[in-house]
Amino acid sequence: MNPVLPTVERSTRASQVGALLGLVLLIAVISAPWWAERSSQRLLTEFLYTLALAQMWNLLAGYGGLLSVGQQGFVGIGGYCLVVLGLQAGLNPFLIVPLAGLVTALVAVPTATLLFRLRGAYFAVSTWVVAEVFRLMVANTASVGGGSGTSITQTVRGIPAWWRESTTLWIALALGAGATLAVYFLLRSRHGLALTAVRDSEPAAESLGISVERIKWYVYIAAAAGCGMVGALIFITKLRIAPEAAFSLDWTATMFFAVIIGGIGTIEGPIVGTLIFFLLRELLADHGSWYMIVLGSVAVVFMLWIPRGVWGLVSSRFDLHFFPVQRRVRNIDQKESR
Amino acid sequence: MSLLETRGVTAFYGDFQALYGIDMGVEEGETVAIIGSNGAGKSSFLRALCGLQKTAPDSVRFGGDAIGGLAAHHIVGLGLAMVPEGRRLFPSLSVEENLLVGAYSKRPGPWTLERLYALFPILGERRHNPGTALSGGQQQMVAIGRALMSNPRLLLCDEISLGLAPVVIRDIYAALPGIKAEGTSVLVVEQDVGQAMKVADRLYCFQEGRVSLAGRPGELTREQISLAYFGV
Repeated sequence: MNPVLPTVERSTRASQVGALLGLVLLIAVISAPWWAERSSQRLLTEFLYTLALAQMWNLLAGYGGLLSVGQQGFVGIGGYCLVVLGLQAGLNPFLIVPLAGLVTALVAVPTATLLFRLRGAYFAVSTWVVAEVFRLMVANTASVGGGSGTSITQTVRGIPAWWRESTTLWIALALGAGATLAVYFLLRSRHGLALTAVRDSEPAAESLGISVERIKWYVYIAAAAGCGMVGALIFITKLRIAPEAAFSLDWTATMFFAVIIGGIGTIEGPIVGTLIFFLLRELLADHGSWYMIVLGSVAVVFMLWIPRGVWGLVSSRFDLHFFPVQRRVRNIDQKESR
Repeated sequence: MSLLETRGVTAFYGDFQALYGIDMGVEEGETVAIIGSNGAGKSSFLRALCGLQKTAPDSVRFGGDAIGGLAAHHIVGLGLAMVPEGRRLFPSLSVEENLLVGAYSKRPGPWTLERLYALFPILGERRHNPGTALSGGQQQMVAIGRALMSNPRLLLCDEISLGLAPVVIRDIYAALPGIKAEGTSVLVVEQDVGQAMKVADRLYCFQEGRVSLAGRPGELTREQISLAYFGV
C-alpha cells in the first residue's frame, strides 16, 4: 500500500544550507579584525552579545515559560565582576567573562529559591524587584564606586588596543553563537523534549515523571549565567560602569523586543529579531526619542497581530527551518508531511 | 504483600471533602476497576495515588513503601504511571516525541517504542504527525503508550473511554491483555459499568467519596451494583 518507505529526517535542506552559511559567517567574523573597520567591528560585537541576551530570554520565556523582566540584574552583576575581580583582584578582564557566568549562577541560586515560590505576574514583577535590590545594594557599596560608578580602564591597561578589540569580538562571537547552539542542542536532547512538554502542559509533564520545578530551575540558572557573562563583556567595551547603566531595564527591554519581533519559542526568532532591532536603531539614530516610540509601537503591533513574530510568518509560509529541533518525516502522506 | 494498598485515603478541595477514607488494594498482575457516578471521588482518588493531590504519607503504600504526598515525578520513578483524564497530549510534539517524554523517568522494563508500535500499529504509522492531529481514540492510545514508556508496575487509567465511540473503546480495551501480559498491573477508573465488568479481575464501586461495594464481577448481582452505584 505504501511502496515508498517513510524516511526520518532530523535535518532539513535549509538546515544544511544554514550550517554552510553559518560556517562562512563564522570565518568572516573571526577574521573581521584583519579586514573590517573598527566601527563595524564594534557594531558586530554589540550585535553578537545582544543576540546572546535574546537567546537567553527566549530560553527563559519562550521555552521555560519563565517571564522574567529582571535579567538586567544578572547583566549588572556580570559587569560588576569586572570591578571586583579585575580592578580590585587584578585578574585579566577576558578571564573574568567566564568567571562572571559562575558568579551570577551562584547569585541566581538563592534568587531562584525565592522567586520560584511565586507564579505568573507575581513572578514577573518580583524578578524586577530583585534586580532593583541588586542595583541598590551595589549603589550603596562605596568600595565598588557607589551610585556614581567607577572607571574600569585600569583593567585593560597593558593590553594593546588591537588585541583588546579583537578578543572582545571573538568572545562576543563565542557568546552569541554559543548561546544559539547551546539552546539548539539542549532542545534536541531528552531534556529539551521535557522542557517543551513543560511549556505545553505543566500538570501533564509532572504526571509523566518530569520535575517541572527542577527543569525550570536549571533554565533560570543557565540564563542568569549567560546574562552575567554578557554583562562582563559589555562593560569591557564601555570601560566605565555605574549602577544606573549596569542594572538598566533597557537590557531586558532589548531582549524582550528582539524575541517578540523575531518569534518567541524558536531559535531563529532571536537572530531575526536582533537584526531588526539593530536595523531600526540605525535607521532612527538621528530622530532622538522617536526611536523609543517606534520601537515600542512595533512591539505592541507584533504582540497584538503577529504573536509568532517575523520568523513564525516566514517559517510557516516557506516551511523553512534552519534549526530543526523536531524529527521530521518525508513520504508518509504528502498532505501531512508539512 | 499487595502491590498497592491504601488505608483511609482522604482528599480535600478547600472545605469540600472529596474522599472519606478509601481502603483498597491491587495485587501484582491484577486488573482492578473503580466504577462510580460523576463526583463519586474516582478521579480524586487517582490524583491522590499519583501525587497530584495531597494525602497522608502512610495512607498509600506502593510495593511496601509509603508514597502518600510524594511529588508526582518521584512517584513515576517508583513505577506508578497515570493516563490522565482528557489525554493531555503535548500539542507541539509529534506522536513519537509524546511517547519519548513518557520515557523521561524510565525504569528498566519491557516497554520500548517498538513494543508500543506492535501494540498500537496505527501509532507507528502516524508517529511523525502532531499528537493532537490524531483522532480521539488514537490520542488515547498515545496517552496510554506515553504512560507505559516509563515501564510502570502499575498503570492508572482515568476514564479512558470518555467521549469515545463504542467501537473505538473496544479497540482500546483490546490492548489491555497485551499490557497485562508484560506483567503490568492495571487500575482503571470507568463510568461504563459493562466495560469495567468485562476487563476487571476485581471491582470497587465509589459513592460520595466512600467505597460502597467491592468484589469480583462474576460474584456481584445487578441489584448490588445498582444500589452501590446510584444509592437507590
